[in-house]
Amino acid sequence: MGNLLPVSFYEGLAYGLVALGVYITFRVLAFPDLTVDGSFPLGGAVAAVLIISGVNPWLATVVALIAGMCAGLVTSLLNTALRINALLAGILMMVALYSINLMIMGRSNIPLLREVTVFDQAAQLFGMETSITFSIIFMVVLIIIILAILNWFLRTDIGLALRATGDNEQMVRGLGGNTNLTTIMGVSISNGLVALAGAIIAQNQGFSDVGMGIGMIVLGLASVIIGEGIFRPRNITSILLAVVGGAFAYRLFLGIALRLGLPPTNLKLMTAVLVVVVLAIPYIRKKLRHEWIPPPARM
Amino acid sequence: MGNHSLLQLIKVNKVFCRGTIDEVTALDQINLDVSIGDFITVIGSNGAGKTTLLNIIAGVYPPERGGRIIVNGRNIANLSEHRHAQYIGRVYQDPRTGTAAKMTIAENLSLAIMRGQSRGINTAITKQRKQLFREALVPLGLELEDRLTALVGTLSGGQRQALSLVMATMSKPSLLLLDEHTATLDPKTARIVLDLTEMIISREKMTAIMVTHNMELALRYGNRLLMMHKGRIIVDLNQDQRRNLTVSNLVDAFEKASGEQFADDSVLLSSVDPATKQKN
Repeated sequence: MGNLLPVSFYEGLAYGLVALGVYITFRVLAFPDLTVDGSFPLGGAVAAVLIISGVNPWLATVVALIAGMCAGLVTSLLNTALRINALLAGILMMVALYSINLMIMGRSNIPLLREVTVFDQAAQLFGMETSITFSIIFMVVLIIIILAILNWFLRTDIGLALRATGDNEQMVRGLGGNTNLTTIMGVSISNGLVALAGAIIAQNQGFSDVGMGIGMIVLGLASVIIGEGIFRPRNITSILLAVVGGAFAYRLFLGIALRLGLPPTNLKLMTAVLVVVVLAIPYIRKKLRHEWIPPPARM
Repeated sequence: MGNHSLLQLIKVNKVFCRGTIDEVTALDQINLDVSIGDFITVIGSNGAGKTTLLNIIAGVYPPERGGRIIVNGRNIANLSEHRHAQYIGRVYQDPRTGTAAKMTIAENLSLAIMRGQSRGINTAITKQRKQLFREALVPLGLELEDRLTALVGTLSGGQRQALSLVMATMSKPSLLLLDEHTATLDPKTARIVLDLTEMIISREKMTAIMVTHNMELALRYGNRLLMMHKGRIIVDLNQDQRRNLTVSNLVDAFEKASGEQFADDSVLLSSVDPATKQKN
């Protein structure tokens, strides 16, 4: 198997951040946010530009996260303040971010191979070599921190209001909750996580590219759906773990497909097919058992 | 009666689809003074403006310019719905509207207990709160107190509506709005939920407005009765005036006040088809 497992594990953790972001918008808030395809390269762009201009990589990564939150803020304001449809608001922001990312970077690709990244600095701190093993340790620690924060936040009073907004918005308003505020919060946090992933992944792969966000939505959704399908989580803690697990399973699947000789150009097609299969399984199973099937959902 | 005024509506109008051929005056110069401790029942046929009245009080939409909604001496006409909610609890017609299906009973109650307070980063479900929730659920007699971690989506309609009632009242809002809250329940469950409603209202000494399609219910519960027609309040009966009234007296009162024949059979029936309710 070579390094298929470690690489999938690292990628699963790194893209797990994207999956967590997508989970917060699509599942928790029921806000189908497509900003993600733009906020992922935004995180990479901001981190890369700051790092090559000599800013501390940790600070650059935090600024990237904040930039992502700002992108989410704009999307959610388009929706809450101007009442633009959530799907359209995300698409508009995604398109706008393409130009914004090019503006930030000044070109379409910034190499970071010779720069000192957060991985280098962390490895140095613990006297270790930067290797795939260290990348995994780094991501495990980061994911544990993020999961702990989310797990705590989604159980606070405001976190509960955020979850309820996606479940029954009318009820939340009727109980005195400001659903515009919870929507803005959720979409901002989501895009912050995605931009953080962009910043981390750009530093690990040694470059930031304006096109690296293409398909992030599908990747995130695929991870969420696979995670839910495999682990059948019940409470918030297990859902969060299942989402990261789903990202790992997804990367492992793609890794295996590549090993079996699938041309890399077909990866996006494979992803789409995988998601279709995972989504269709419950339907086919019900059909075979002659169970009741709800009419096709349009959202 | 003769108490302090809790809620005042002054010159409240509401027009939908203004300037189009669908223009409807849902509320027409409503003036209403609700005293502390009032339990008002509101009846009227479809399109009379009953639900619009509740929506205006709850802040779902503002009244037309110049209309005032005064609660505890403060005009809240232009505040958004979630700001109204600090004064006003509401139980909706559909049990699904008042509860969050994918969350547990304890989580739903935690959302309700924060009414009127700013929601911060304190843990939502604590031991103390769970104790409080159990105490609030025991009087329902539905044994929900043992199922705090059950998802609300797994409860029956009656159980969900009883939970909605607890959620609407548990942080003791100044005013409780009940919008045909038993219309979708079977007669037996409806009776149970209505008795619970009366019990909670008298125990907490709440002020309440209950909209109903059912004249018998309107006479059995409450201490004041309003009848609406074409966006106006055409009959307003206090405790003494409505004491010995029957449904047929009410129909006479309606015909006298509106100058029209009473034609809506559904108001006369004791169980009402929920599908006839006008949606906003």
